[in-house]
Amino acid sequence: MSTPPSSSSAPIPTLASPGMRDAADDSDSPPSHMSEDSDGSGAGPGGDTWTPDLRGTNGGNGGNGGRWAPPDQVLENVLESVLEFLTAARDRNAASLVCRSWYAAEAQTRRELFIGNCYAVSPARAVQRFAGLRAVVLKGKPRFADFSLVPNGWGARVSPWVDALGPAYPRLQRICLKRMTVSDDELALIPRSFPLFRELSLVCCDGFTTRGLAVIAEGCRHLRVLDLTEDYFHEETEVVDWISKFPECNTSLESLVFDCVSVPFNFEALEALVARSPALRRLRVNDHVSIEQLRRLMARAPHLTHLGTGSFRSEPGSSGASSVSDLATSFAAAAKSLVCLSGFLDVNAEYLPAIYPVCANLTSLNFSFASLTSEELIPVINHCVNLRVFWVLDTVGDEGLRAVAETCSDLRELRVFPLDATEDSEGSVSDVGLQAISEGCRKLESILYFCQRMTNVAVIAMSENCPDLVVFRLCIMGRHRPDRVTGEPMDEGFGAIVKNCKKLTRLSVSGLLTDKAFAYIGKYGKLIKTLSVAFAGNSDMSLQHVFEGCTKLQKLEVRDSPFGDKGLLSGMNYFYNMRFFWMNSCRLTVKGCGDVAQQMPNLVVEVMKDHPDDEGEVDTVDKLYLYRSLAGPRTDAPEFVNIL
Amino acid sequence: MAATAMDYAHVDVENLKATELRLGLPGAEETDKMPTSRAGSKRAHAGDHHEEELKAAPPAAKAQVVGWPPVRSYRKSCFQQQSSSKSKATAPAEVQKQEEVAVSVVAAAPPAAAGSGGSLFVKVSMDGAPYLRKIDLKMYKGYRELREALEAMFLGFSGDAASVNPSDFAVTYEDKDGDLMLVGDVPFEMFMSTCKRMRIMKGSEARGLGSSKE
Repeated sequence: MSTPPSSSSAPIPTLASPGMRDAADDSDSPPSHMSEDSDGSGAGPGGDTWTPDLRGTNGGNGGNGGRWAPPDQVLENVLESVLEFLTAARDRNAASLVCRSWYAAEAQTRRELFIGNCYAVSPARAVQRFAGLRAVVLKGKPRFADFSLVPNGWGARVSPWVDALGPAYPRLQRICLKRMTVSDDELALIPRSFPLFRELSLVCCDGFTTRGLAVIAEGCRHLRVLDLTEDYFHEETEVVDWISKFPECNTSLESLVFDCVSVPFNFEALEALVARSPALRRLRVNDHVSIEQLRRLMARAPHLTHLGTGSFRSEPGSSGASSVSDLATSFAAAAKSLVCLSGFLDVNAEYLPAIYPVCANLTSLNFSFASLTSEELIPVINHCVNLRVFWVLDTVGDEGLRAVAETCSDLRELRVFPLDATEDSEGSVSDVGLQAISEGCRKLESILYFCQRMTNVAVIAMSENCPDLVVFRLCIMGRHRPDRVTGEPMDEGFGAIVKNCKKLTRLSVSGLLTDKAFAYIGKYGKLIKTLSVAFAGNSDMSLQHVFEGCTKLQKLEVRDSPFGDKGLLSGMNYFYNMRFFWMNSCRLTVKGCGDVAQQMPNLVVEVMKDHPDDEGEVDTVDKLYLYRSLAGPRTDAPEFVNIL
Repeated sequence: MAATAMDYAHVDVENLKATELRLGLPGAEETDKMPTSRAGSKRAHAGDHHEEELKAAPPAAKAQVVGWPPVRSYRKSCFQQQSSSKSKATAPAEVQKQEEVAVSVVAAAPPAAAGSGGSLFVKVSMDGAPYLRKIDLKMYKGYRELREALEAMFLGFSGDAASVNPSDFAVTYEDKDGDLMLVGDVPFEMFMSTCKRMRIMKGSEARGLGSSKE
């Protein structure tokens, strides 16, 4: 979870901060720009004249072999000094387009490379252009992989990247990966290739075990950050005690997050590690840590700002079980520094009052793994007057949300997850809760809300009360469900959101929706970059509205909607401006997708079938994933992926 | 908090119409919509194209769609684990038969503990012992073998094995709920799937819990 944007304590802005808007997304580099075209080494904006290239070695613009004019050393130095101040990738991309010398200077000085789709560019190309990278951020599978919609073995292995980055960037310090497959052997390459390595962040990744973690712990002597967030950790044959592999001396650790690594470990080793890590500020432990053990950790790390509490349950059968007041003492001691609390992975609600001493200072609280009733939650909420980020299960109920609305007037981000994530579940929150939040939390910027009952009125109210909304994700879990009061589609509600929330960049829709909703989205959603659609719309017009209207659209994911080839083709002129388009279980045919592939050479069009052995319906496409790419069709595609 | 069925206002037939491709204006037929269906089973979209595309074979009345609602499996599995172990707690405990292992594992698949065909190591602690041990539960066919192995491992700590009275010990384990359970109550396979770690208690705490030697 994140510290709020205006916090003065230094946040560590990695992908592993789910509370933060995906800042990295803002820095996307559209590879279709001329500056990255290898064959398009046509003249820059200056026409025939061009300023001398700065360094003939590597980096710089590809494609023009031969000798360079002697560089203007003074200009080069000035330029590079100035460019050092540019950190946002978007700014850097712009600077690189000015002229060749700027392109080359920027390529030399870029320190962080963000690749939103690991297949959009080849590792070799990235390595060739950028000489001095210190950090690489890579994203792999499309987001719908989180929901089992991308078959296993699809791809996004990090190995080609690690193989390329190793020799090229011995001074590399930071790697952040999201939705990629990382093996233990690839992890083992990190300490070998990068002796100055500092930060590893793996979000929603898979493929590694404690063996790989042990190599990282042991080999990366300057490690500051090891953040493992929502990775898929498979039970192994032999669990390695990786915690005890950290070096014996004082470490530079600032952040250690491993709540998703749900295997037992040597607690004494962790306690000792924490004791010899004076810079540690973020610690999130897994559910094998009891309250008694948590207290010991907190005693060793009195300056923690972010704490993941583990199970939040007492050691079973232990004679020395902590009392609530004992635990409260521990939290009282932490109150000065603690701003972000999470964990509660197997919570015993009796212990909740122990956190009251820190609640007033908390800006971020994550109860989304704690099955707690509203009666148990409300007293806690009532203490959290400064809360900015709140993640909770829907067991909080509409009453609990009312308490949030009354107490947390500064709230910026709310996520309400379903305890029972099925369509027929009872659902404990509704439009009532949403309406209450909208009235109490006027500064809301981001909301994710799972429910079973919703009304247009409540959504419209939110659009009017919370004009600062940037992210609006509403999931009405029953498919095609209309307004519970009027029985009408949810068109007007979502229409009001796009119309009134002028800063909206991310939208997920649900419920019964007709083409009208998408007409609204196209008409008003001018800043929308990410759109998620499921079980919605009447016809291909919906897609057309979106493509024609949402000029800033970068990521579109669609499932189970009545859209076909016509809708797909309506996006032809826009696909190059987007990072990707995903569509599954709609009405596409191979021919339609093939048409797109044929007309757009810089697009990779992948189609997949759910059941490759089906003889009937050979022409239909179950899953489509298309994305712009400079690398051409990938060579590691498995059998079930057909690249058109 | 309990939603009445009327709150849902939801009907199969109308959904079909909503997704139908037609020339009429959307929303033209909304007026005849007020349904009387109950909440619950509304899965049968016979003609709905989407239904054919469902990967997950619907077991009975409710066809759950793959990946819907969109909650990461990481989250889903945490709560399946909690809710399944709660339902196990109320299931009647069968009398355990020594050599029989034929009992199938009950309820939802527990995520972590059931080894993927490899091994299933759990920590074993004994009160007063200087360090813990690890055993592979899959090595043992039943409780007797397990007990023998534990005795071999640990009773050395208590000095001469002959002087040790087994009823001074109770072998317990921590299950998925975090509760301390006596080993031997449930079928061995169920025990294997819920056991997170083991603890051999001795002394006054153990006496009276009954020697589980069967």
